[in-house]
Amino acid sequence: MPETLNLTCIVCPRGCRLTVVKDGDAVSVSGHACPRGEAYGRQEAVCPLRSLTTTVRADGGARPRLAVRSSADLPLSRLLDAMAALDGVVVRAPVRAGDVVARDILGLGVDMLATDNLEEARHE
Amino acid sequence: MSVGLQSMETDVVVLGAGPAGLAAAVSARSAGARVLLVEREDRVGGILKQCVHDGFGLEKFRERLTGPEYALREADAFRASGASLLTEAYVTSATRSGDSSFLLDCVSPRGVAQVRARALVMATGCRERTDRQVFIHGDRPAGIFTAGLAQYMVNVQGLLPGRRAVILGSGDIGLIMARRLTLEGVKVEGVYEIKSEPSGLARNVRQCLEDFGIPLYLSTTVTSVRGRRRVEGVTVAAVDGRSRPIPGTERELACDTLILSVGLIPENELAVSLGVPLDGATRGPRVDQNMHTLADGVFACGNAVHVNDLADYVSESGRVAGGAAAAWALGGPQARDLTPLRAGPGFLYAVPQFVDVLSGERGSVFFRSNATVAAGARVSLGAMKDDDRRELAAKTYPVLRPPELERLVLPPELPSGADSYILDMERMDGGGNDA
Ligand SMILES: Cc1cc2nc3c(=O)[nH]c(=O)nc-3n(C[C@H](O)[C@H](O)[C@H](O)COP(=O)(O)OP(=O)(O)OC[C@H]3O[C@@H](n4cnc5c(N)ncnc54)[C@H](O)[C@@H]3O)c2cc1C
Ligand code: SF4
Repeated sequence: MPETLNLTCIVCPRGCRLTVVKDGDAVSVSGHACPRGEAYGRQEAVCPLRSLTTTVRADGGARPRLAVRSSADLPLSRLLDAMAALDGVVVRAPVRAGDVVARDILGLGVDMLATDNLEEARHE
Repeated sequence: MSVGLQSMETDVVVLGAGPAGLAAAVSARSAGARVLLVEREDRVGGILKQCVHDGFGLEKFRERLTGPEYALREADAFRASGASLLTEAYVTSATRSGDSSFLLDCVSPRGVAQVRARALVMATGCRERTDRQVFIHGDRPAGIFTAGLAQYMVNVQGLLPGRRAVILGSGDIGLIMARRLTLEGVKVEGVYEIKSEPSGLARNVRQCLEDFGIPLYLSTTVTSVRGRRRVEGVTVAAVDGRSRPIPGTERELACDTLILSVGLIPENELAVSLGVPLDGATRGPRVDQNMHTLADGVFACGNAVHVNDLADYVSESGRVAGGAAAAWALGGPQARDLTPLRAGPGFLYAVPQFVDVLSGERGSVFFRSNATVAAGARVSLGAMKDDDRRELAAKTYPVLRPPELERLVLPPELPSGADSYILDMERMDGGGNDA
């Protein structure tokens, strides 16, 4: 029995409405305006992937939190687990955007990277 | 880099160091003007600093950047430009001095400076509508936040606004915060939208709500708030076609937090004090294609002009405003011949509202439809002369939705002598406009 998914492509702000038909191993995508949308639709049928953007605690910095992102997309179903894994992570200022903040979270081969600079707190 | 605080003179002062102001400063500087960028916070980047999610820069950098990453790139370009920066500084008053300069009083922790400038660029962004601008009965206990304030608390201060939240309004920042709070362990009961369509982008409904199973209730609103010192719950109700709550549809929800995502308003206090006329639809200054307001020498860009949904467009408007402000400051006041550009039926608004036919810059018209046109539409720009309409540019859009700002590129040559320009919409399904 073919299974039909109606979803919005999130790859770019255009937000094309995709129809993904899954019939066993065969997946067909329609409604995309570009190839990235087709790839997204196929992936959604198999295992939805999302980037994770959040913050981690920072010590000794000008601000108490540091913005971070995943170096690659993670399975949507693991985002909350990844958040839990990041709970205990504390970075020490200074940090530069691009620095690795946590390696190989949940053993998924994905790192968390700083997305902002964090200077040391000024001592007045 | 900071500048000393005496009275000083410059060519262009840019107010606000968000993406609009940074781009304006860089482009004015590269056109040869002396530039001072004034920012009230201690860091440049504007609202992007707190937007830790990604999706910025797809147009400008062809990459999916987070807000802070986008801001860092713009800040690097700014630093390389050699423009001056004054942070933690607030312009308390701006007045015209003669017909070719402005005097600004600028207050910062280091004192008060008087700055003389030949051109001003307003890049002050937008502010959020608050509960005072929304009709809700009941108490005003602690626990009611605008979405942007909640975003600042969570992402910058590391504080959670509560444990159980209801979100009123489906603007993009509210949708983004529904996801953000869910990731942080807050239970988001649902997003309630009074209109029959979400006001945020479809991609945000998908990736912020559907991904996490957060329900979106359309044509539903919060009618009252309960709680003495802290929010204890809210009442929601379905509304009819005229946004009036339907008796008998009320539901009580327990929550300790109510988040408002009910719209943004361009911030233009200073521009208004200089006599800059605003547009009733955008709530920002009316501008020509150079982002020049109707007050000579005052330019505006970014969310101060109209609320953009992409930072990329904001940067682009900053670049245009900065270049034009530098030309004005260095070349002295130039004659302008402004022909109005009107949005016909079916549009919420179109920017710019005027075309300066004496200017070489052409640029684009940005517009929003006032309702979803699912069948798509052909949008065209015509030059009106007496009762004749001559088509100048047209583009077909597969779908138009109010949350999505669209662009129509202007042709390189615009005929002079038109009485006005008009943007028209022809729906592909042949339907008329019902709004
Ligand atoms: C809370 C919030 C969240 C948003 N989230 C997103 C998002 O996720 N994605 C997206 O694409 N867009 C988002 N937007 C829209 C966003 O504002 C634009 O993308 C972009 O940042 C606008 O740039 P701007 O330079 O016009 O304004 P802003 O980034 O708001 O910058 C304005 C700057 O001007 C300064 N300023 C204001 N008044 C004065 C004054 N009198 N003197 C000195 N300085 C002054 C402010 O401190 C600020 O730094 C958001 C907007 C808000 C309000
Ligand atoms: S299909 Fe292509 S154009 Fe459409 S939303 Fe996805 S990435 Fe954007």
